[in-house]
Amino acid sequence: MTNETIKEKLVEKFGESVTAFEEPWGMLTFEADREKAIDVMQFLKEDEALAFTFLTDVCGVHYPDNDIERQLAVVYHLHNWVANVRIRFKTFLNGENPEVESATRLFDGANWQERETYDFYGIIFKGHPDLKRILNMDEMVSFPLRKEFPLEDQERTDKDDRYFGREGKALETKN
Amino acid sequence: MSNIITPRSVEDKYAELIKQRENEDGSELSILNLGPTHPATHGIFQNVLLMDGEKIVDAEQTLGYIHRAFEKIAENRPFYQITPLTDRMNYCSSPINNMGWWLTVEKLLGIEVPKRAQYLRVIVMELARIADHLICNSILAVDSGAFTGFLYIFQAREKIYEIFEEICGARLTTNMGRMGGFEREWSDTAFLKLDAFLKEYPPALQEFIDLVARNRIFMDRCINVGSISAERAMAYGMTGPNLRAAGVDYDVRVATPYSSYEDFEFDIPVGKSGDTYDRFCVRNEEMWQSLRIIRQALDKMPEGSYHADVPDYYLPPKEEVYTSMEALIYHFKIVMGEIPVPKGEVYHAVEGGNGELGFYLISDGSRVPYRLHFRRPCFIYYQAFTEMIKGAYLSDAIVIMSSLNVIAGELDA
Repeated sequence: MTNETIKEKLVEKFGESVTAFEEPWGMLTFEADREKAIDVMQFLKEDEALAFTFLTDVCGVHYPDNDIERQLAVVYHLHNWVANVRIRFKTFLNGENPEVESATRLFDGANWQERETYDFYGIIFKGHPDLKRILNMDEMVSFPLRKEFPLEDQERTDKDDRYFGREGKALETKN
Repeated sequence: MSNIITPRSVEDKYAELIKQRENEDGSELSILNLGPTHPATHGIFQNVLLMDGEKIVDAEQTLGYIHRAFEKIAENRPFYQITPLTDRMNYCSSPINNMGWWLTVEKLLGIEVPKRAQYLRVIVMELARIADHLICNSILAVDSGAFTGFLYIFQAREKIYEIFEEICGARLTTNMGRMGGFEREWSDTAFLKLDAFLKEYPPALQEFIDLVARNRIFMDRCINVGSISAERAMAYGMTGPNLRAAGVDYDVRVATPYSSYEDFEFDIPVGKSGDTYDRFCVRNEEMWQSLRIIRQALDKMPEGSYHADVPDYYLPPKEEVYTSMEALIYHFKIVMGEIPVPKGEVYHAVEGGNGELGFYLISDGSRVPYRLHFRRPCFIYYQAFTEMIKGAYLSDAIVIMSSLNVIAGELDA
């Protein structure tokens, strides 16, 4: 099973819903539409030839600079142990109202990982049996891994990427 | 923010259940808090148990007592300042976490590490694995009432920590290694201590196994307690010794070898029933295999440097910093975290003490990671605990929890 055959199968089945195929460091990565994300996962898991039967990891990412439809993302890592192939796919969500179907119906292990993602990013997993915060306290009012949530002293101006001739995010320097 | 969910407390949920069951068949259920600071939980985590007499009907875990927001902190620290964070995840085997992080960074930066440094890393990772399994197994013995084995074997961990101290100066939170290798050459004392350990540890481990493994009480407490099938374990995302005890021979060291693990010959022990006793036996056998790997690495130790020749990323020798302009510039840039970093997303996994320890790193080319996610094996497999203890006695739950080797630092990150 090569990355090429996986890609062909996915495109054949889901057409336009799976895009942006890449192979960084040999791992096949792509993007899936938010409506199709869990269907894609189910196909990857249940197709006999693909058999990605192990959910390695679920996590969120925040891209505040993207347009509103692509501000949050959920990243899934799957692993086929027999052929020893890993795969990663992302699904982008609306920044104001991030919702995606839960993967708990396919993998029990997704339960806490999705709670963690909700806890840090406020992403709602529809159909999750018990979606609530897991590491932070229930009374917390923010989603702390979003980029607008500051960590360090706001006034700090040293260690800034721009001083070293590179564009990039300044270290939490908000004026 | 609109998405905030206000959950119902576990106590309320259980209170309803208790009333319902009382009306149904007159049974008197009760709620028991196991933890957060119970001596048998070995870390700060709470289990709210719904009990029917001494049997567990349902359970819910509360996590996050030592949550330190490592993923958030990591987004604000240059790469070399992130190792101290990884130390504090699975603090029973911090060198594995450190090396896992360096391997991830090296994968992103495309640094080729010399063979010798890779072998040294293998040695230190296997020592850490022994320390990790040793704690888990001896504490399991303590929790089932066998204190002697623990006292005998614990001295060996001290010896391992002395080797770590010789290599990097620290014992528990090691912050070991650098991008491209180690911070300094291993001293002769380190190798002498390692040799002594290899001589002294096998009889100590054998003595521990003889004391505990065939002990009638220990066997009765462990066999067929907390069994989990391979299918359920996989569904819950279990990896590492706990999964192997259920009979699946998945090991990252073999599946996707890193740091030259493909050069060594070793077996992957697997269990059959996935119960507490199998987990105990798998860990014991893994310690023997780790010793085997360390011996092979020492025998086959190649010549060469203990670090890669990458001046952009590896600190120059301190004497040169005072005499050569170039070294001074590199020193300054590296210490300020100003190293050339490509854009990209990389996932790298190593076999940690408890299973697949993964690092998912998104770099946007700046001095800090854009996003760093730790795949912490404990956090993922601890979900299975509820299912494993349902219907079991309270005393079984204690034993099951210690055999799972849930490390609070890794659980809460």
